[in-house]
Amino acid sequence: MDRILFGDNQFFGINHMSEEKARAQAIRFADIRKIIDLLDVAYDSGIHVFMCTTHDRIAELCAHVRAHPERYSKLEFYPCMPYAHKYANAVTEHGMIEALKRFLPAEGALSALVRGSVSVATRDVEGMARLLIDAEMKMFSGLRTPVIFLQNVVTDLLLGMGIKDAFRIFADHVRDRYNAEPGFITMNMPRLLDVLEEIGLENPIVCANINKLGFRMCGGIDLYEKVIASRKFRPVAMSVLASGAIDPREAIEYVCSQKTIESIVFGASSKSNILNTKRLIDEHSVA
Amino acid sequence: MLNVGLIGLGKMGLSHLAIVNAHPEAKLIGICDTASYMCSILRKYTGIEVFSNYREMLDQKSLDAVIIATPSRFHGEMVREALLRGLHVFCEKPFCLAAADGIALAELADRKGVVNQVGYHYRFVGAFNEAKRLLDAQALGRIHHLRVEAYGPVVLRPKGGTWRAKSSEGGGCLHDYACHAIDIVNYLVGRPDAVSGTVLNKIFSRDVDDEVYATLHFADGMTGMIAANWSDDSLRRMSTQVTLWGTNGRMIVDRQEVKTFIRGEASAGVAEQGWDIRHTTDFHRDVWYYLRGEEYSAQLDYFLRCIAEGRRENISSFASAVQTDCVVSAMLQDAGRAWRRVDSGSRSPAQSRTGSGLLSLVTGALK
Repeated sequence: MDRILFGDNQFFGINHMSEEKARAQAIRFADIRKIIDLLDVAYDSGIHVFMCTTHDRIAELCAHVRAHPERYSKLEFYPCMPYAHKYANAVTEHGMIEALKRFLPAEGALSALVRGSVSVATRDVEGMARLLIDAEMKMFSGLRTPVIFLQNVVTDLLLGMGIKDAFRIFADHVRDRYNAEPGFITMNMPRLLDVLEEIGLENPIVCANINKLGFRMCGGIDLYEKVIASRKFRPVAMSVLASGAIDPREAIEYVCSQKTIESIVFGASSKSNILNTKRLIDEHSVA
Repeated sequence: MLNVGLIGLGKMGLSHLAIVNAHPEAKLIGICDTASYMCSILRKYTGIEVFSNYREMLDQKSLDAVIIATPSRFHGEMVREALLRGLHVFCEKPFCLAAADGIALAELADRKGVVNQVGYHYRFVGAFNEAKRLLDAQALGRIHHLRVEAYGPVVLRPKGGTWRAKSSEGGGCLHDYACHAIDIVNYLVGRPDAVSGTVLNKIFSRDVDDEVYATLHFADGMTGMIAANWSDDSLRRMSTQVTLWGTNGRMIVDRQEVKTFIRGEASAGVAEQGWDIRHTTDFHRDVWYYLRGEEYSAQLDYFLRCIAEGRRENISSFASAVQTDCVVSAMLQDAGRAWRRVDSGSRSPAQSRTGSGLLSLVTGALK
């Protein structure tokens, strides 16, 4: 994985500190051109990975990249699926089954499920999961996606419920069908590592909040530091600036001081913030 | 270790399932839903025993507590059955569609001496608790007006077939969104004594309201406005904001921020003078498991701790949730009542307080 990954929260009205700021950003990036411009800034500064949600608007961006292959010859996408609000809102509006129907290309697996014989065949559920992954991946067709992440709301829902097999299903399909490495985003890193180890996923890519403030690091900052230093996995740090609550230099120093952290993902909505953060990471990443 | 059962495996039910299952002091030993596909998947992949009939689960499993996350119209009956078996109960909001049922259940829970809680999770949001601390310390002086707004994207098209689209099941923006807004107001400043000017409008739904507006009247002359609209997809999820005006300043609070403007000299050391903005990172508390927001974990942790520690008071008890149901009930009764026509100015002023003509046709259609 690259050292620096460019994130996309800022483009879709997601800001963990302020709804006002989130809205201002959503307005600012209403025009896809503005998103492209910023992605170009990141790309030209040497950040060649865009880690992005499978939001409908990313499809527009993908189309743009496909149309300009020379311009983006080194660009890779790390898709993060699913864009959960799309599903959550559909479930609220249509109910669980109807919502699933809307997102599944074929009805075979689903109708077997809904007919509701008390025993559901494993292959039905797994088949459905694979179809959902494929549906999310459609927008990246023809683009490079060497790492594919499961979003934290799904990872942590499955983790909490104890549906451990799901991680294996995801990992297998991502490897087999997309020749990609599976990644898992979580707010509960130590617990997830236990489960991934239990199901035999070796050296997994795990993306979690890692920041000096201990913000949304379930289990506590001490445990995180210990786990990062001692366990065999490939950590990706997100929320390193805790949505701006930490001074950037301090924030990057903290993350870079933990040598086993492989990559850092950050989002920024201005050219200067992108360049500054990139420079700080480069400075502190010199071996 | 507490043995917990869960009834209802919709969106909230699944969220509760994950959170409780991950709790170090709770064991989820039974789950229940009428949707067999959901039950069979969960039994297969989680190993938790599943039931299609909640009474069977309550009778067969040795439970300490039950979480009820079904469509609202079932709450009353299920809560009663659980209470009669001496179980501690966590029930999703809104509590009961008929306030009288809720009052009886709050009394029953009290007599049984069990922990009782309703899922008004805003009461567990750090920013709202900071707002409450400031208000209790009189940082704004005497509050004379407030505005509470809740907007988000639930119903965006005429179609849609879940229980949330049926008024008989407790659907509608009033029961879904507005009750959160009412409850956070009750929590912050106390329950209004009266409501007026209630508007329940349909935008896309056939059977239920999609937007709700009303004026709230409080004991000491304080007034408030409530606005809720679940057909607003300019936001990606429900967003609730409370603004309060007092003799010493103004406060704007939502899930993520507390903004205060305190008039000079008035702050008395409680808050900064002038504008001061603080963020969720300033008052967030660690939870043992994070799913969608600290508050969802914190409310269930609080429920379980109240049981473990034998505490009977609760910051979102049945009794407090009934107060919210009572406001909802008042709004339903108020909706579409008297109004004053606008005088065109050309003839003698209209005398009637009751609408007529086009306006009453519109209200009639809304009833």
